[in-house]
Amino acid sequence: MTSRYLLGRVGQALLVLWAAFTVSFVLLQAMPGDAILIKFQNPDLGLTAQQIAEIRASYGAEGPLWLQYIHSIGNFLTGNFGYSVQAGVPVSASLAAHLPVTLKLAMLGFLLASIFAVAIAFLSSLAPFAWLRSAIQSIPSLFISVPTFWLGIMLIQIFSFRLKLVPVINPDPWQEFILPVITLAVPISAPLAQVLVRNIDEVLTRPFVAVARAKGATRNRVLWRHVAKNALLPTLTIAGVLFGELIAGAVVTETVFGLNGIGGLTERAVGSQDAAVLQAIVVLSAAAFVIINLIVDLVFPILDPRLRTNPGAAA
Amino acid sequence: MTSFDTIQSDAGTDRHATRHSLADRLGRLQRRLPPGLALSWLILAIVFLWAVAPALFTSYSAVEGIGGAQLKRPDAAHLLGTDALGRDLYARIVYGAVHSLTGAFVAVGLGLVVGTALGVVAGSVGRRLDDAIMRLVDVLLSIPPLLLSLSIIILLGFGTVNAAIAVGVTSIAGFARLARSEVVRVRRSDYVEAAFGSGGTFWAVLWRHVLPNSLTSVIAFAALQFGSAVLQISTLGFLGYGAPPPTPEWGLLIAEGRNYISTAWWLTTAPGVVVVLVVLAANRVSQSFGKVIS
Amino acid sequence: MTSLTNPRVPVLEVSDLAISYHDGGAYQEVVHGVSFRVEAGQVVALVGESGSGKTTTAQSIIGLLAANGRVDRGAIKLNGTDISRWSDKQLDTIRGASISLVPQDPGSSLNPVKTIGDQVGEILEIHGKLRGKDLERRVVALLDRVGLSEPEFRARQYPHELSGGMRQRVLIAIAITLKPQLIIADEPTSALDVTVQKRILDLIDELRREYGTAVLLVTHDLGIAADRADRVVVLQGGRVQEEGSAIDVLASPRSAYTRQLIADAPSLARSVTRAPATARLPDESAPADDIVVVEQLVQAFRRPGTGQPPLLAVDKVSFRVRRGTTHALVGESGSGKTTTIRAVVGFQRPTSGTIRVDGTDLANLNGEALRQFRRKIQLVYQNPYASLDPRQTVFGIIEEPLLNFGAVKRTERRAKVMSILGRVGLPEATALRRPHALSGGQRQRVAIARALILEPQVVVLDEAVSALDVTVQARILDLLDELQQDLGLTYLFVSHDLAVVRQIADTVSVLRGGRLVDGGPVAQVFEQPGSDYTRELINAIPGRNHPVFA
Repeated sequence: MTSRYLLGRVGQALLVLWAAFTVSFVLLQAMPGDAILIKFQNPDLGLTAQQIAEIRASYGAEGPLWLQYIHSIGNFLTGNFGYSVQAGVPVSASLAAHLPVTLKLAMLGFLLASIFAVAIAFLSSLAPFAWLRSAIQSIPSLFISVPTFWLGIMLIQIFSFRLKLVPVINPDPWQEFILPVITLAVPISAPLAQVLVRNIDEVLTRPFVAVARAKGATRNRVLWRHVAKNALLPTLTIAGVLFGELIAGAVVTETVFGLNGIGGLTERAVGSQDAAVLQAIVVLSAAAFVIINLIVDLVFPILDPRLRTNPGAAA
Repeated sequence: MTSFDTIQSDAGTDRHATRHSLADRLGRLQRRLPPGLALSWLILAIVFLWAVAPALFTSYSAVEGIGGAQLKRPDAAHLLGTDALGRDLYARIVYGAVHSLTGAFVAVGLGLVVGTALGVVAGSVGRRLDDAIMRLVDVLLSIPPLLLSLSIIILLGFGTVNAAIAVGVTSIAGFARLARSEVVRVRRSDYVEAAFGSGGTFWAVLWRHVLPNSLTSVIAFAALQFGSAVLQISTLGFLGYGAPPPTPEWGLLIAEGRNYISTAWWLTTAPGVVVVLVVLAANRVSQSFGKVIS
Repeated sequence: MTSLTNPRVPVLEVSDLAISYHDGGAYQEVVHGVSFRVEAGQVVALVGESGSGKTTTAQSIIGLLAANGRVDRGAIKLNGTDISRWSDKQLDTIRGASISLVPQDPGSSLNPVKTIGDQVGEILEIHGKLRGKDLERRVVALLDRVGLSEPEFRARQYPHELSGGMRQRVLIAIAITLKPQLIIADEPTSALDVTVQKRILDLIDELRREYGTAVLLVTHDLGIAADRADRVVVLQGGRVQEEGSAIDVLASPRSAYTRQLIADAPSLARSVTRAPATARLPDESAPADDIVVVEQLVQAFRRPGTGQPPLLAVDKVSFRVRRGTTHALVGESGSGKTTTIRAVVGFQRPTSGTIRVDGTDLANLNGEALRQFRRKIQLVYQNPYASLDPRQTVFGIIEEPLLNFGAVKRTERRAKVMSILGRVGLPEATALRRPHALSGGQRQRVAIARALILEPQVVVLDEAVSALDVTVQARILDLLDELQQDLGLTYLFVSHDLAVVRQIADTVSVLRGGRLVDGGPVAQVFEQPGSDYTRELINAIPGRNHPVFA
């Protein structure tokens, strides 16, 4: 891996990020009806058109579009994401306040999803009977077909109201997260498990597996020593997609369970057309996505020897 | 050098001509249409009929409640019970099908047409345009799909069609990528080179070989996207960004049922089960498309 | 494991073995009661074409049938013990220790993410023989034994850093590690170049003698069986056609199928009897009518980002082909033969040098002129599975070139397609089939028909018979010969197989590493090779010294 490649890859990431910012700006800031009008045009406030224009100017919503765009880029680069019109606080403060809940939810959810996925994939390839194998392998397609919000509601209905296992009123900080984490883990685990199952099946048909068996290696040894790494490596490439799923899952899960995280914030921002908040969330998510993919690209050659050395070296 | 183990002797290809008994034919039909797939087609057919002619399936109204019949448990009169306004839940689900299905069709259609067009152009025309289109696709992919949908909804406003467009836009990138990679794969194949070699012009080869061979997997992908679109549209409906009440859209039904989660379990359970069944069926059918193609 | 082998009990005795595969609906038997034996220290060749069940039989012996396969009946006795019904757990104790495997494709038979040393050491680890430093030393010694230079360094390398021949040496090292009684070598060299093939087979021979190991050699190549085996078992359609000592079977085959196989194997001697080929060459005094002229062809590929100079895939290659004759381009992988013909048919613009086909200089061709030029020269590809559009019918495939050059009436097109279909020996009914319903040989006939329908003067055949079974290959070669005589075609025949070249070509160019190392009339090149490389190539042809082939 040359430093030239590295620079090029980082440059490409920045380009995508800039373009994502532009797209979100066009979608969210350049539109005619906006949150300021919605909030201040309310006749009860008794504001004149003059006063509204002044308020708009104070939010940076006046002036030609290109000027707003330049302003906006400058502000984002310095960490100033504007003001939440609805809450009346800086967006950055609002994000910082809501982030911990979402981070906790997302990390636990992702962890549980990975456990689900690996368990499904490896159990299915160790299953002694064909029917059990196909039963386990059909779990991901079921998981992928369940609406996340409905799953959350069903879990509440069953575990909180029927079985009364998880309290809904005054749960402790950990109890509060049990059902949301499961809810979030299910849709994340499905694509991961599908990719893993497919990879394991594919790797098992490769000739080197037969060679390993011919050495006298047991099925278990072949699975863990030979198949696992070859099957797990390509799953890194869907890390970015999973991140997107994680965001969507967080929005829905937090809405269903009334958690006060970024997801809940997003839902309210859309409800009140608070574009500044949504734009900040969109741009930061895109940044996270770009960084995740950048890391995957840079880490891959370290994990996969085929990409590490110059293939031209082969004699 | 490579040898093809599957090459059969010149003789072995005429066995298709032998007669088959009825049992044989049934056996083959069963192999071609396994029970799960048959059931999936049945579910999709029923839901399609719900959307086209809901009145054939229920005599109740979807929006008018019956006085005194509020929050009834499922029984013979109300198969899936009634809601807080005394409306028959089964009727509401039947009448809601049209919203979910048209939404999903609009969303998939948008992604299919725009995405495939971008992908085919990127894959078959020069490098510059290819690079430009694929960077645009990268940008679309970098924004998490739900956030992209929400941004578009903020721009366009709430409503069934707007929600469908918002969902459709998120699938453009996927279609474009797939279409491009298929076009590139087919263009590299020996038979395309052979077609140029026998004097084919660019357009003739594109029309005769590249498009037919690359679009089949795009169609299979569209079928797969259908299930996912039903899910995403119900999610937007649940969040309240789709059709306004009293529209019986499935996501909205679940959202409304939430208020009675402790007393009327059927209000959330039944519409959810219907969504799951439709998505499962759509995915199963698209999977079978994929098999036929490969 | 009994290390004391009873001399009267064969190492391997397969009797009445039947194997079937599950194909969606039911089990289909593919091996029908095969019996043979391998005595200690012997090499037994299992010879057959694709679909003969040779690989399936070999896989079942080591218990590695595909998941949908099963042994229906019969016995597989290893030193007198029937292992055909053994569980995986039982088999694990003898795999690697008593029976080992040298697989077909060295490219994908090593784990890409583990080092060579780890993969050789694993067999010692599994059977608990050695560990730590002792194991490492043993691995290095083994790599050294199979002829890898710098064995310590190789042990730390990954498979992709080694060439195909080196990888196959590593796999042989693994197979001999525990000095098993039987090595199953499943087409061990079919993916390798002919000179590498000879060295690998020599290595197996040498180790076998040293260790007294018996070898079950699975091969499609009768020449290899003749060279290397003590006994030969000929399989066809899952049945043993003939079994006996290699000398007997080859010298006086009893079954019709074996006779056919031997007759169809391309041989070095045949072309001497094939007078017409040389007769077509006009004597030197006649005015030269060279339809293809290649002069100082250079094809360079830039390697951006690597900092290396451009790769010279073809480096100053020149040759001429007389009208109505066959010129062969011979070379191993990486010799530049395919790159050369791609320039000749106009798919690639040469970096420098000139190419003239029937008087047309390709350098000046563009757009419509290039398209019109394609009527003169047509290419037939190596892989008939990839070169036919799976969605077209055979009729559509053959008709297409006519549509490209317009102005042929429908009825006339139909008549032309049907006539050419008959010409290449396909029944009329094939016209409505799609490629997947045809066999490999039939597909290649379709590809030839497509090439011929424009009535070209030159047909370029890029390894066009290499992927076919020997009996099918012989029929296609007969067809090509017949077409050439009838239509006065000129062939440019690209091949790695010298025996085929000897049989079909009039003149030949030998390429190595992008350069022309030898050339001239076939008889001259084969009898008085102009370079050491040509001599090495000829010496590496399997079965060359066997009376049946020579």
